[in-house]
Amino acid sequence: MSSRIGAAQKGLYNLTVMWTFFHKLGSPPWLYGIAGAIVRWLLPLTILALLVGAAWGLLFTSPDFRQGNSYRIIYIHVPSAVVALAGYYVMAIAGAVSLIWRMKMADVAMKAAAPVGAALTFIALFTGALWGKPTWGTWWEWDARITSMLILLFLYLGVVALYEAFDNKEAAGRACAILSLVGMVNIPIIYKSVDWWYSLHQPASIKFSGESAIDSSMLYPLLLMIGAFYALFTCCLLMNMRAELLQRESRTAWVRRLVKPDGPR
Amino acid sequence: MYFDSVQAALSMDGHGSFVWVAYFVTLLIISAVLLLPGLRRRRLLRQVATELARQESGYATREGPR
Repeated sequence: MSSRIGAAQKGLYNLTVMWTFFHKLGSPPWLYGIAGAIVRWLLPLTILALLVGAAWGLLFTSPDFRQGNSYRIIYIHVPSAVVALAGYYVMAIAGAVSLIWRMKMADVAMKAAAPVGAALTFIALFTGALWGKPTWGTWWEWDARITSMLILLFLYLGVVALYEAFDNKEAAGRACAILSLVGMVNIPIIYKSVDWWYSLHQPASIKFSGESAIDSSMLYPLLLMIGAFYALFTCCLLMNMRAELLQRESRTAWVRRLVKPDGPR
Repeated sequence: MYFDSVQAALSMDGHGSFVWVAYFVTLLIISAVLLLPGLRRRRLLRQVATELARQESGYATREGPR
């Protein structure tokens, strides 16, 4: 009996902790502070990982036996494309949360994710073109993978532009959330495009189940770069959120205290 | 190190220009997305500081020294 009461108490305690966490998540000063604390240690690690991964991929791996040295672009092309897709989930889920529960901080996250996702998608397309020229003999091919990635870029840019187009920021947030949710239909098409349609673009070499079709000497730097790009996205997302929070809350007491700690309360 | 010389690393058997341009442009874009939010945040903090200073001087002239 007493153990059951103990369990119930523990459950209640966990619930309280979770509730406090969600409650804090909705608090701009708390989010601003915690985001800053995360960026302070994650950003140096990110830059270090990016530099090590890039040097490893550029200078210390052997060339691909068929593609030669052009394959070294893989160390930025694949990570940027993978994280551009993951970033879309972040943006769309944040959009859904702000749409359903009217959570302001989710709207901040959605708006912060869009430009970072656009930058990563552009990197994937640009490096893909540079890789395509020496390997396929063409900069661009209107195949399913490349076209759907171009649509992803337009979706990201669309969210950025749509937000700016509205004077009423609440309406802007709703419109952007709906756009990003409708755009979700593009995501499985990007994933499956290389399997559904035969094209110049090769299917994925890394698989979660079974043997990867890539040598481990090439796999490790690639995994490092994928991790580094995820960290990069997280840092940029949090830094954009911090700037956005300051802008939205510039008239509040906590921002004023941030600027002038001994000022009037 | 895979390459024997700096020359070999730059040319990469003819693929060098593609590879290095890809990495260089990526470096530029990453630098931009890392630097811009911080610059925006600092600009906003400066604006708030200016606004606060303006308000305080306004109070001082209207109400006299406190």
